[in-house]
Amino acid sequence: MLTDQAPARKRVYDLAHARAGDKGNTSNISVIAYDEAAWELLSERLTEKRVARAFHHIAGGPVRRYALPKLRAFNFVIENALGGGVTRSLAQDPHGKSLSTLMLTIDLADEDRAD
Amino acid sequence: MNNFVRVGSGAGMADDRIAPAQAIAERGGLDYLVMECLAERTIARETLDRSKDPSRGYTPSLRQRIRAVLPACRANGTRIVTNMGAANPRSAAAVIAEEAQALGLATPFSAVVLGDDVAELVRGEGGLATLEDGLPLEEILPRMASANAYLGADAVRDALGTGAEIVVTGRVADPSLFLGPMLHHFGWSYDDLDRLAAGTVAGHLLECSGQLTGGCFADPGRKEVEDLAGLGYPFADVSMDGRVTLSKTPQSGGRIDRATCTEQLLYEIHDPSRYITPDCVLDITGVDFVQRGKDRVEVVGAAARARTDSYKVVVGYFDGYIGIGEMGFAGINAVARARLGAEVVKERLSRLGFVYPEMRVDLIGMSSLHGDAASRPEPYEVRLRIAARSNDRTAAAAVGAEVRGLHMQGPAGAGGGYSLGVQEVLAVKSVLLPRNRVTHRVETIGHAH
Repeated sequence: MLTDQAPARKRVYDLAHARAGDKGNTSNISVIAYDEAAWELLSERLTEKRVARAFHHIAGGPVRRYALPKLRAFNFVIENALGGGVTRSLAQDPHGKSLSTLMLTIDLADEDRAD
Repeated sequence: MNNFVRVGSGAGMADDRIAPAQAIAERGGLDYLVMECLAERTIARETLDRSKDPSRGYTPSLRQRIRAVLPACRANGTRIVTNMGAANPRSAAAVIAEEAQALGLATPFSAVVLGDDVAELVRGEGGLATLEDGLPLEEILPRMASANAYLGADAVRDALGTGAEIVVTGRVADPSLFLGPMLHHFGWSYDDLDRLAAGTVAGHLLECSGQLTGGCFADPGRKEVEDLAGLGYPFADVSMDGRVTLSKTPQSGGRIDRATCTEQLLYEIHDPSRYITPDCVLDITGVDFVQRGKDRVEVVGAAARARTDSYKVVVGYFDGYIGIGEMGFAGINAVARARLGAEVVKERLSRLGFVYPEMRVDLIGMSSLHGDAASRPEPYEVRLRIAARSNDRTAAAAVGAEVRGLHMQGPAGAGGGYSLGVQEVLAVKSVLLPRNRVTHRVETIGHAH
């Protein structure tokens, strides 16, 4: 695990902002890079596989990534993520509104290329 | 005809804040005020409401919202479009007339949109499979509470075509509520895909009210929002040729710029090259935002393909009960005591003979939102939350009761507990119906002035 002293620390939080939306049992989370360098790093490292790993304890997947280069944004679509769906979930946050902040905690610094 | 039309948002959910709606009605200079108040399942609740009392079934906050915006809309010549008709648009229009009278205003000329309620049609239609899991709809038909097709902007256009001051609908797709006034005002056709794309992307961006103008955005020290407390609702200035510029209520809080617009553009989108509405298949992969001034953003690059040959129908159905209880713990060993409390509740429920197909134990302050992960530090305070599903109301009620019982018969220092009681679950699934099976109708109430 990486420590706070590591100079290369790169959390998604440092590179991008995010918002989560819901449809049925699927969560979609946008990741919007603050600049071109951040966009390039995210393109390389914030892969479907990396995101699936970060969400594996709450989402069955699969995870799909769509790119919108003009906006330097990604849209991650994570299936089986909302406890059976907004309308019947037992979760405290059935819409998964807070899942955007889980995406932002992903640390890319110590990751090998994920795939 | 003006070359521009200004369409604003006055609500993005049934419980949305009302003060900003009044502000945009008063100061927004709107031609149209659109209030969107139907989440996926709310119309199922309203349908139940109507089955108990035929005069009900509209959005519960209808009276309050209309009281807040109608005087300003009347004074400014702003026409209102809303889906607060929910399961009973006719009654909603009657209620609006009552409220106008109570305000001392002339009775409005309203148009109601009907035809979205396809419950009878769906009951008689064999062979429908749900989009979520491909299972036959027959499995949930005996428990069905409602079935409503997402109508398109053409329904709103036709209602405005009567000259009505207020258009009240049931289920209409959210972006279509905003596109409807543009179709009416400019006479755009369904062959005009560039205009449909522009109007649909505008509607998509506006439909969640304050989420475009700094709501759902602020992160202190990282992403600041000026006067979030005074957040203003957004509007779009749309030109005859499909130029869309977004802004918000003058002298209001919040912000509208590339960052807020990009977050909202992708909100609840899956494949960005094919976002399906009843009006078109929207492609936002080429969208860009151009800042035209403070809090003024032009949207460019939306594209669309022709609408599909089906309507999406959301079916609401009863899906048992959920019982929930919570209890607080703090100080040394708080997490271990909370976990012991959970084990005790589970054991007591089991000894009472209750079996639950699904139960969820959360530690609020530790794992309730992002799940359990190793290496997460233990908090000073933690709140135990237990939720379980059952088809038996008594079993569901026992969950909260046993959690509350931890006050006196649980681990040390269990405090602040309560039961959230029992919620009856109205779940939703979707099916597609061929376009030619669904027909919208417009009725008018009152007289043109």
